[in-house]
Amino acid sequence: MSHIDVAVPDPDQSAVLVQVPDGTGNAASQLDPNARPVLTVKDLQMYFPVHSGGIIRRTVGHVQAVDGVSFQVPAGGSVGLVGESGCGKSTTGRLITRLYKPTAGSINFEGTEIAEMSQRQLMPLRREIQMIFQDPATSLNPRHTVGAIVGAPLLIHNVLPKDKVLPRVQELLEIVGLNPEHYNRYPHEFSGGQRQRIGIARALTLQPKLLVADEPVSALDVSIQAQVINLLQDVQKEFGIGFLFIAHDLAIVRHFCPEVAVMYLGKIVEIADRETLYTRAHHPYTQALLSAVPDVKQAAIGGRRERIRLTGDVPSPINPPSGCRFRTRCWLAQDICAQVEPPLMQIGPRHKVACHFAGELGKHPTTPVTTSPAVAAAASDPGFASTWFEVTTGQPTGG
Amino acid sequence: MSQSESQMERLDTADMVDVVDPEAVLGKSPTQLALGRFRRDKLSMVSFVVVAVYTIGALLAPLLVKIGFLKPELQHQNLLNVSLGSIPKTHFGGASWSHPLGVVPGTGVDVMSRLWYGITFSLTIALAASLVAIVIGTVLGIVSGFAGGIVDAVIGRLVDLTLSFPQTLMLLALSSAGVVACAKFLPGSASDPLANGFYEVLVLGLFGWPPITRLIRGQVLTIREREFVEAARLFGASKGRIYFKEILPNLWAPVLVSFTLTMPAYISAEAALSYLGVGIHPPTPTLGNVLTDSINYSVADFSYFFYPALLIAIVVVSFNLLGDGLRDALDPKADR
Repeated sequence: MSHIDVAVPDPDQSAVLVQVPDGTGNAASQLDPNARPVLTVKDLQMYFPVHSGGIIRRTVGHVQAVDGVSFQVPAGGSVGLVGESGCGKSTTGRLITRLYKPTAGSINFEGTEIAEMSQRQLMPLRREIQMIFQDPATSLNPRHTVGAIVGAPLLIHNVLPKDKVLPRVQELLEIVGLNPEHYNRYPHEFSGGQRQRIGIARALTLQPKLLVADEPVSALDVSIQAQVINLLQDVQKEFGIGFLFIAHDLAIVRHFCPEVAVMYLGKIVEIADRETLYTRAHHPYTQALLSAVPDVKQAAIGGRRERIRLTGDVPSPINPPSGCRFRTRCWLAQDICAQVEPPLMQIGPRHKVACHFAGELGKHPTTPVTTSPAVAAAASDPGFASTWFEVTTGQPTGG
Repeated sequence: MSQSESQMERLDTADMVDVVDPEAVLGKSPTQLALGRFRRDKLSMVSFVVVAVYTIGALLAPLLVKIGFLKPELQHQNLLNVSLGSIPKTHFGGASWSHPLGVVPGTGVDVMSRLWYGITFSLTIALAASLVAIVIGTVLGIVSGFAGGIVDAVIGRLVDLTLSFPQTLMLLALSSAGVVACAKFLPGSASDPLANGFYEVLVLGLFGWPPITRLIRGQVLTIREREFVEAARLFGASKGRIYFKEILPNLWAPVLVSFTLTMPAYISAEAALSYLGVGIHPPTPTLGNVLTDSINYSVADFSYFFYPALLIAIVVVSFNLLGDGLRDALDPKADR
């Protein structure tokens, strides 16, 4: 990873840039190819039955929320899971934490197969896998004090004698940057960002090895998002926790995760390390997603990225399209896409794509950036492909 | 990554930790906030005071009867004009210093004693019936909302069935048989106020739970989808813990409100049923049976009719206003 090309932001600018943090650079969020996986998910499937109305409820179909998802989360590393609403990312998170029981597939946590376990068998593992929820307004019980919320896991698992719970709660509150004296306050007395910190403290209480962060910052103000992301990175570094980071904000995932998987309609369409995905995405859906990310820096130099507009709606997951699920909205779709489902093919060292035309780069826009003479000139530079995304002052730095 | 860069990237989080006097950080619970809102609402406070006065009066009455201050059964025939159909001799129902609200026509019993002692019986019946309805309603509501599926469907149909049942008719039709049946399980005979009151409470309560079940079920359906329930499951919390520690504290507001709205309904139901001859009979007084008795004299001795009617009206209105006030106070979003 020689990708240390973070443009040195001047302090004034950094305030603007926090929403699109210039990723990389952070030791803990670097990809370590040798890390042993803490979580291995294979062919995970979740079909929710759809019942007919009326007195006699018949199953009339299934919502194929997650259909054959496979990935690994390295110990102490983090994998990002992105996709638009309803693509199954949150369901995947809830399957891994076993809030749902998967229809099929395997979830291997540190060598233990947990997909089929009963809730009782899962009890000891509950300490190892925790979750950070999306909406801090509903994820904290309004009738409990912060101390009760953060201390509850300790009491449930009986890990500490009762008189040791409070000191531990205060310690955790301090770790997440809250005043430890506030343990007897109620959630409504805190701001959104502070509530999310409480949620993080609760997730850390049992010292988990894997944290599923289900859109942990999407309910927060942009200025608070950066603080919470910083906190999560600190926590990851300090405790060596593996993260499955579910989000729809590509910029935040880029900042946080050295490896990113893109989901569409219950399937992973592309999975790659950060640099590859953000600069040489092969799947048309990934490219469309990337083209939708607003780019302050491009705008500043008068450049404009070609916006790929997807037409039509996401098809119903009850009755997904045959073959490639993206074909109904894909501008490259051919006959074969309707007949044969593209497998997730390895096309690079850490790059897998599920597209029949993945190799044919010629058919793809090689660089979604257009115009701006400075950028156009830079486009001939071989290093450009990896840097178009982070031009700051019109002087792209080498990749 | 160099040190300076990591500092650049990180936002100043110092403002997250306020400098607060540790003594002053005791949080206000949602309950305390609701009480604050309630206190600021004058109408609610007035109705609360009225309800409190009734309650204290009801609690004191048996004591006052015992020490002889209230004499709900002592007759004063000398105060009645026997030649005019035993109407009290003086105006305003024979009001005097020793009988401020007058005496009962026909018997000459002190009206204040009967009404005051009657409040005790009326409120007891309403309270007991409300508790029966609330407990059944809440438990079935929680089970129904949580279990879903067949259990939910069965309870839902039970609610429909109970609601469509003609309960007044049944109260009347089965009253004599029902009271006799109740008396078998209770000390005393079927003519005792205990057996009659028990039957009334049982029937009112057993027909009163369905609306509460519906309300609580709806609440549970929304609360169980909140993420804090998932968070609790994630720690491996038991079902009992989730029901009683996570969900129930979020339900007590609707429970309390439906309680304060069931009470007045049962107080007036007691009065109505007394008129139909169900419930506690004289000589044991209730607001209902005193009113029923007074209806016979509504023209000849208006004040005897006026006082029980007024007392019932005041307590019913106060309880209703109290319930409305609590609902507003407990639900901040209902602010106008």
